[in-house]
Order: sequence, then structure tokens, then C-alpha cells
Amino acid sequence: MSGPARMLTGDRVYRIHWMPGTDILRGVCHCGAERVAEEPVELWEWLLAHPQGHHSPVPPAPEVPTRTAVPA
Amino acid sequence: MAFARNQWYVAAYGSEVGRELLARTVLGEPLVLYRTGAGEAVALADRCVHRRYPLSESRLDGDTIVCGYHGFTYDQTGSCVFVPGQQRIPRTARVAAYPVVEQDSFVWVFIGDRDRADPTTIPRAPWLTDPRYAVVRGMAPLNARYGLLVDNLMDLSHETYLHGGYIGTPEVANTPITTEVDDERGIVYVSRHMDDAECPPFYARSTGIQGRITRWQDIEYHPPCLYLLHSRIAPQGVYPPAQGEDTEAFHAEIVYAITPSTENTTYDFWAVARDFAIDDESVSEYLHQSNHTVVMQDVTALNILEQVIAAEPEKYQELSINIDTGGLAARRLLARMVDAGRVEATR
Repeated sequence: MSGPARMLTGDRVYRIHWMPGTDILRGVCHCGAERVAEEPVELWEWLLAHPQGHHSPVPPAPEVPTRTAVPA
Repeated sequence: MAFARNQWYVAAYGSEVGRELLARTVLGEPLVLYRTGAGEAVALADRCVHRRYPLSESRLDGDTIVCGYHGFTYDQTGSCVFVPGQQRIPRTARVAAYPVVEQDSFVWVFIGDRDRADPTTIPRAPWLTDPRYAVVRGMAPLNARYGLLVDNLMDLSHETYLHGGYIGTPEVANTPITTEVDDERGIVYVSRHMDDAECPPFYARSTGIQGRITRWQDIEYHPPCLYLLHSRIAPQGVYPPAQGEDTEAFHAEIVYAITPSTENTTYDFWAVARDFAIDDESVSEYLHQSNHTVVMQDVTALNILEQVIAAEPEKYQELSINIDTGGLAARRLLARMVDAGRVEATR
């Protein structure tokens, strides 16, 4: 895989990565909180409940986009 | 199914709007569209204020519409400028005029409180008018609620099963996705990057690539109406350079405008813009025919699904799995827009 893309750059972006080679989804909140789940409904509910139940042990590391933007 | 009001929707391609009167129903509101002599696109309520005769069944006289029933005549602002047999024009003799913006080959109309119409919020599809791209396009009326088309387009794993032999290959359904939601800007982004995939006929014949490919599908949905699929096709193992333009790959920008017409019907505007073989008419013909076939496969399936849903009890319990992550996010943003439109309407 080319690695999970990170295309949206806003301050309030929720992400769900489907982990390659598994059935596991990893949800990442804009606050840095993370959680894994086996189906998306429960994971969206947890993400969108922010900040309830979200506590990030470490600040999220900055990520660099993995691909060059396609020229328009 | 509820509509999201106070939003912009595509009512037509610009090329459809001319000196003939065009009828379209958007969010249950009947519209008549035409173009003035100066070239400005106009959208008015398609019902004469007198006895509700459709203005689209009437005729243009200069830039005014003369009702085909009793001759009530409306200018491009919707004001009545003539009534038959009397001098006094009643103060209430006007039809609604809708805010219109022509952009990226589309005619966008704002459905809702016109004071809230901000043209800068209309999402862009610049490839459709960019001379570096060749475009094929069409519009398919759908006898299904718009949410079914949103579900369909947000989960492309269906390509493997519904569109096998055209755009679907096994890798589409088998490749994990990353889903992002920008909660402030209201955008859903779904990436499916296939490193080593079979090349479906749609791209093999249009690009000339022999053998396997690296295929990227990046969906960018701007609810409620505009859906973009950034499709990158390259020989297997060819990735974009760290800097500069991605000249080794073929790019197709696949654009849909999803416009609810009534509760159970939808306008499915579709376009494919490509940055390769742009002067090759045979490629245009092939892509037009192929994409039309693919769209009609969706139309057939969604029309069946609409009949099923219409006949079943409320609150049928669906099952969602990993492939639905993007579709669930889109549903949520749409639901939020529907609620916002309702709240604003009651103020």
C-alpha cells in the first residue's frame, strides 16, 4: 500500500484508517485521541462524541502528505 | 427523504439553457430556466401566479415569458409586467426568481432563503472548462431518492460487482480505504490507493496501458450536490514525483452533481474530464459510451432499490461494514444540512 493518505488539512478533521491486511479500523480524532474498532458505526459515534471520552496521552505528531497534489 | 434547503444545486448544464424554456424540478420546486438575449441564465418558479399554468409550457418574448394560458407576462426578475385586459398589475403578481450562478459548465441554483445565497460557497470542478482536459458528460434521471446515489458513489467497492468488465476489478473491493471528514468545511474524503491492480477496460482502452497498474481513487464529496473522484492511473509502480507535475500518470476527474428532484427522483449529472488523449475523438466516444453504460447500470440498480425501500417498513435495520465508512460520514453531513435548513426555515 502507499500508506494512508492524509488529504484534508483543516483543524477539525476526523480520520478512519482501515488497517491494511486486517479488518481493523483505526479512528483518529483531531484532538489526537485514537481508537480501534471492527465496524464503522461504533467508531464514528465515538469520534463524533469529541471531546467526550477523548484524551490524548501525547500530542499528535505532524504528518507529511504522502503524495503530490494532482495538478488541476 | 428530507432535503437540505438553503444550499446550491446543479439544475442544468449551461449548454442546456438557451432560448427554449427548460423545465426542471429541484427539491420539489418546479423551475423554468432560460437565457436572456444578453446571455444571462435565469431560473423562475415554473407556475404562473394566476392559475398555476407551467411557464415552461409557454413562450419567450424577448427576455420575458408570456404565459401560454392567459398571457400574464414576467420579466427575468419574476415581476409581472403585463396582465390581460386591464391596466392595473396586482402587487402580488410575481413569481419567485432563484439565485443563479454559472460555473464550471453547470448552472447552479440556490434553493431556500435567497438572502442566504453566497456564491463563494459553491464547490468547484474546474477541469470541466479547462482546455487542458477533454470532457465527456451526460445526465441520467433517476427514479430513486438522492441518498441512494450518494451511498452508491461513496462506496466504490460496488464497481467490482456491478461494473465488472467496465471499471471494476477485484482489487477495488479488496483494497482498504482511508476516510476523512472535515467537520468545519463539510467535506468527506475517501482514498483507495491500489498499488498493483488489474487495468479495467475503461482505462486500458483509453490510456493504452498494457499490463497492471497503480490505481488511485480519491473521492472528495462536497455535500449536498458535488462529488469529485480524482482517478490516477499509472503503469504499476509509477508514483508521483516528490516535486513537479505528475506527468507519468493519466488523470481522470470524474464529476457528479447529485440533485434531488422529488422525494423519489434525482438528476444524476455525470462528467469525465481527462488529461490524456485530449484530441482523440475515438477516446472521447469510447469513454462517453462506457461511462454512460456504467451510469445506467447504477440507475437500474438504484431504481430497483428505491422500489424495495418504498415497500418496506420504516426503520429497516441495515448492516454497515468497513467499506461503508465514507458513506456513513456523508449521510451524517447530509443529515446535519437537512436539520440546519429546517431550523433556518422556522426562524
